[in-house]
Amino acid sequence: MNVKALAVAICLAAPATGQGFAGLGTEVDGFSVPQPNPTFDFPADHGAHPDYRIEWWYITANLDGADGVEYGLQWTLFRSALAPEDGTGWETPQLWMGHAAITTPTDHFVAERLGRGGVGQAGVTADPFDAWIDDWSLSGPDFDTLRMTAAGADFAYEVDLTATGPLVFQGDRGFSVKSSEGQASYYYSQPFFEVAGTLTLPEGEVAVTGSAWLDREWSSQPLGGDQTGWDWFSLSFDTGERMMGFLLHEGEDTSYTSATWIEPDGSATPYPNGAFAAEPLTITDVGGRDVPTQWQVRLPDRGVDVTVTAMNPQAWMETSVPYWEGPVHIEGSHTGRGYLEMTGYE
Amino acid sequence: MMRAGLQALLSHWTRNPLQLFTLLAGLALATALWSGVQAINAEARASYDAAAQTLGEARYAQLRRADGSPIPQQTYIDLRRAGWLVSPVLEGRAQIGAVDLRIAGIDPLTAPPGVGTIALTNGEIGDFLTGAGQLFATPDTIARIGETPDLTFLPTDGVAPDLAITDIGIAQSLLNAEGEITRLVVIPAQPLGRPPLEQIAPDLVLTAPQNDTDMAQLTDSFHLNLTAFGLLSFAVGIFIVNGAIGLAFEQRRQMFRTLRATGLPLRNLIGLLAAELILFALVAGTIGMALGYLIAAALLPDVAATLRGLYGADIAGTLTFRGGWFVSGLVIALGGTALASIGAMSKLARLPILAAGQGRAWAMVSSARLRIQAIVSVALLLAAAGIAAFGSGLIAGFSLLGALLIGGALALPVILDLLLSVGERIAKSVTAQWFWADTRQQLPGLSLALMALLLAMAANIGVSTMVSSFRLTFIGFLDQRLASEIYVSTETAEGGRLLEEFATEHADAVLPILSAETDLAGLPGTVFGARDHATYRDNWTFLSSTATPWEAVHAGTGILLNEQTARKRELSVGDPLTIGEATFPITGIYGDYGNPTGQAILSEETFRDLFPEAEATRFGLRTSDPEALQETLIYDFGLDASAIIDQAGIKAISLDVFERTFSVTTALNILTLAVAGFAILMSLLTLAGMRLPQLAPVWAQGLTRRALGRYELIRALLLAALTTLVAIPLGIVLAWALLAIVNVEAFGWKLPMYLFPLLYLRLTLLACLAAALAALWPARKLARTPAAHLLKVFSNER
Repeated sequence: MNVKALAVAICLAAPATGQGFAGLGTEVDGFSVPQPNPTFDFPADHGAHPDYRIEWWYITANLDGADGVEYGLQWTLFRSALAPEDGTGWETPQLWMGHAAITTPTDHFVAERLGRGGVGQAGVTADPFDAWIDDWSLSGPDFDTLRMTAAGADFAYEVDLTATGPLVFQGDRGFSVKSSEGQASYYYSQPFFEVAGTLTLPEGEVAVTGSAWLDREWSSQPLGGDQTGWDWFSLSFDTGERMMGFLLHEGEDTSYTSATWIEPDGSATPYPNGAFAAEPLTITDVGGRDVPTQWQVRLPDRGVDVTVTAMNPQAWMETSVPYWEGPVHIEGSHTGRGYLEMTGYE
Repeated sequence: MMRAGLQALLSHWTRNPLQLFTLLAGLALATALWSGVQAINAEARASYDAAAQTLGEARYAQLRRADGSPIPQQTYIDLRRAGWLVSPVLEGRAQIGAVDLRIAGIDPLTAPPGVGTIALTNGEIGDFLTGAGQLFATPDTIARIGETPDLTFLPTDGVAPDLAITDIGIAQSLLNAEGEITRLVVIPAQPLGRPPLEQIAPDLVLTAPQNDTDMAQLTDSFHLNLTAFGLLSFAVGIFIVNGAIGLAFEQRRQMFRTLRATGLPLRNLIGLLAAELILFALVAGTIGMALGYLIAAALLPDVAATLRGLYGADIAGTLTFRGGWFVSGLVIALGGTALASIGAMSKLARLPILAAGQGRAWAMVSSARLRIQAIVSVALLLAAAGIAAFGSGLIAGFSLLGALLIGGALALPVILDLLLSVGERIAKSVTAQWFWADTRQQLPGLSLALMALLLAMAANIGVSTMVSSFRLTFIGFLDQRLASEIYVSTETAEGGRLLEEFATEHADAVLPILSAETDLAGLPGTVFGARDHATYRDNWTFLSSTATPWEAVHAGTGILLNEQTARKRELSVGDPLTIGEATFPITGIYGDYGNPTGQAILSEETFRDLFPEAEATRFGLRTSDPEALQETLIYDFGLDASAIIDQAGIKAISLDVFERTFSVTTALNILTLAVAGFAILMSLLTLAGMRLPQLAPVWAQGLTRRALGRYELIRALLLAALTTLVAIPLGIVLAWALLAIVNVEAFGWKLPMYLFPLLYLRLTLLACLAAALAALWPARKLARTPAAHLLKVFSNER
C-alpha cells in the first residue's frame, strides 16, 4: 500500500491535487462549510460531524512525574471523510487516524493508528462521550470527566482528566477564521483540565500529575490554497491566564495570525490578524529538517513578550503526515508551560 | 594507419564468410540457449514473486480458526479494540465474467507494509475504500474477464494471474461473505499491555511467519535444473566461439606480421581486434537474444503447465519482454567472447614482430601439450572428488559441477588420442592404418568441437537422469502419500465429525488426517497423527528405520521424522525427539520431497493426547469401489464434489505434468545437440580446405574420392561414438552431483538416483546422428572435389 497516498487521502479526503499542508486547503465538494455566528449544541457537538471533511479531538498535557521528570503527552483522533456521508459497513467514507506521544526531556515516543469508520474500529459518540480507535480511547460520563488511554510498541499511558473551568470558544464565538480569503473552522477548547495518571515507559511506570488542553475543531476547508503550514501555541501562564495563538504560513514571508486571550475564569478575548506575532529564534536540525524550536512570542495588547523554548527539540511526529509537536517552557514577561505544534516543515 | 589496419583485419572476413558465419552463429546460439532458459526462469520467478507478494502476508504471523471456518468480523473488531494490531484478509473464488477469479480482500488502512502491494494514487484510494468496486489484476487477467458493468478493474503488475485484489468490503459482497474474514495478519510491532489471545478470541490459532514461501523453495529445484541446462549450453557455445576466434587468429598471423612490420603498434592492433570482437559480440548477442526469446516463448507454456501441476504455482503462459534480461544476455555474449578470445589475444601479445608467418595451429599438437592437458584434467577431476567428499554449501556444489565439466572436457582429447592410437596399433590393412592415423592427426582440429559435443551429451544425460529420477521418486512418493483411494475434506470440524461417522459405514477404512503446527527440534514444523492401519505399514518406505517403525509409533513409543529435519538437526534413527512435553525415539526417517518444512508422525492416540484441540477436516478413505463411494458421499451425505479428490485423478495429473516436463527436457536436449552438431560441421568445413594437401597423396595412391568422402563420414561417426563413451559416465557423475550434492545443499533433501540405459542409448544415437549430419556436407564436398584441385597440391609444392 502506498502510504503516502493513503496519508494524503486521510488528511485530504478529496480527490486529485492536494493544496496547503496535508491538502487542508483543497476545494470543498458537497461538504458543509462553517458559517459565522454558530450555535453549538452540546453534548451532540462533542461527537462527530460526518458532513464536514475533517475534524479532530486534540489533547496535549504538561505533566510532572513522581520521579521529578517533566513529561509531555499527546492524544489525537483525526476524522477525515472521503464523502459527506455516514453509515455502517466497510464502504462508509469516514476514515480515522490516531496519534499518541509521550515526550521526555531526552526521548519522544510516537504511535499512529489508522482505521475505518462503519465497522466499529474507530469512532466518536457524544453521550456518553467516547472517542476511540482500536484500544486507544478518550471517554467518560461527560466531557468534563474523561479517561484517556493509548499504547505504542514502547510506551503506554492511562490518565484521568477533570475539567476545572468552562469550554472556551475560539475566534468569533467558536468561528475561527484562518485566512484573509475567509477559510474558517469551528473551534473550541477546554484548557482547564487537571490530569493524574500513569505513564508506562521502557524504564517502567511513572505516576504523573499536571494540566491538559483539549482542542475541538472541524471544518471542510480550514486553510487557504496558499497556506502551507502553521505554528500553533497553547500557553498556560503561572498567573492562571492562558493564551492560544497561531501563525499560518502564506508563501515565503507572509503569514496570517490569530490569538485568544483566556482569563482564569474562562472568559475569552479574540485577536484578529496581526495582533499576535511569533518569530523563530533558534533553528534546530530535526532529522535533516530545519525546525524552529525557540520562538519570541508577542501579544502587545496584553503585554506578552516571551521566549518559548521546546523542552525536547527532537519532538518530531514521524507519522503518515509528519509534523513537530511537543511541550514548551515560557520565559520573559510571563512564565509558564505550554505546547507547540508546527506543520509544513517536511 | 588505424583505418588501414581495420580494413585489413575485416577483409579477412569478406574472404572467409563461412568463418564469419561460424563465429556469429556459435555466439548467437550460445546466447540464445542461455538467454532462453534465463527468460523462462525470470518469467516464472516474476510470476511467483507476484503470487507471493499478492498478499505478501506469509512473512507475518497469522490468526485463523482452528477448524478452518471463517472468522466473524466482530472478532476482528474485538481484537483491535483489545490492542491486537491485526489486519483482515478475506479470500475466495467467484465467477467474474469469463474467469473463475480468486479474490483477495484486504483493508489497506490496517495492512502491514508489503501486504497487497498495489500502487494507489490519491485519486483512486477513495474509490478503493468506499465500495466503488475497484479491483486490481494483471492486464492479462482483466482482458480475459471481459466486460463487467458493476466492477472497475485496474491493471497492475505484481499480482498473480487470475487473482484480483480489492477492498475487503467489496470482497465480502462479491464472495457473498458479509461479515466474514478468512484470516488475520498480525502486525509485527504490537502495543504494550495487550491481553493474551485466549482472553479475546480463544478459537483462533496463531501461526508463525514463514521466512520463505514454500513455493519458492520447491520451484527453485526446477529452476536449478533449467539454469544448469542453460549454463551448460552456454559452455558448449563458448567452445564453438573459441574455435572460430582461434582459427581466425591463426589464419591472420601473416597479416598481423605485415601490419606490425608496416608500423602498426601492438597496442593498436590488439585494440582493433578487441573492437572487432566487441562488434561481433554485440551483433551475435542481439541475434541470440531474439532467438532466445523465440525459444522461451515456445517452451514457456509447457513450463507454466509443469509448474502449475507440480507445485500449484500459477505463472502466466505468456512472455513479457524484460529490459534487464536483454542487457544480461548481451553482457553474457560479451563476456563469453572475452573468455573465448583470452588465449588468442595473449598469444598475439607475445608474438615476436617478425615471427614465422605460417599457419601452425592445425598442425599436430605436440605430445607435450597433450600431457599438460592430461595433468590439468586429472587435477580438476581430483579437485571435483575432493569437493564432493569434503565441500559444503551451494558454491561448493557449483564448483564441483564446473570442475567436473572442464576436467572432463580437457580429458577428452587425451582419451580419444589414446583410443585412436590403440586402433592404429591393431589395424591390419594399410588403408585402416592410414584411417586411424589420419583420424588421430585430425583430432586437434576437431577436439574443440568434440568437447562441445561431450559437454552437450553430458549435460543432456545429467539433466535427463535428474528429471527421470525425480519422476520415479515422485511417483513412488505419491503412491506412498496417496495410498487411500479417495480424499475428502470438510470446512468445519463439526462437518468432519459427521463425515467420519458416515464414512465409517460406507468405506473399508477411514483415515483422518490430523495435524498441528509445532516445534520440531527447534524448527517450525507440522506433526501428524496417523490411525493404526495397514495402509501406512504397506505403502510407506523409509530412508532408514528400525525393523518395525509403525508398530512402535502405534504403541506410542516412536515417532517418524522427515528427511529435511533429520538432516538439518543431524538426527538419526534412535535419537530422541520432543513434541510438546513428551519425548519419543525416532523409529523411521522418510523422504518428504518438495516440502521445505519439518514434519513428524505420531499415532492418532498419542497425537490426540498432545493436541486435544486439533480436529480432522480431511480424511483418506479406503475402498474397493471408489466411484460408488464418491456417489454415496455426494448424493447421500451431501458433500460437495469439489471436496472429494480421487487418488487416480491426482496421479493422472502428476503423470501428465511429468510428460510436459519431459517435453521441455527433450526440446532442450535436441537444441544442445544441434549446437554441438553445428560445431562439428564448422570444424569439418574449416579443416576440409586445409586437408587437401594431406589427402592428395592418398588419392594419388589409389583411394577414390568417393572412398575418401565415405571415410570422412565414418570418421565423424567414430569420433562421436567415442565421445559418447566418455560423455555417458561424465553425465552420470554430473547427475549424481546435481542430485546428491547440489540438491541437498539447496533444498535439504537428496533425490535417489536411477539409471536409464535406454535413454542414454537414445541420446548416443542422437549424438551420432548429429555428427553424421554435420559430416555429410563436408564428405559430399570432398567426394566431389575436382581432380584438378587435388593435382594442384602437387604442383603447388614444387
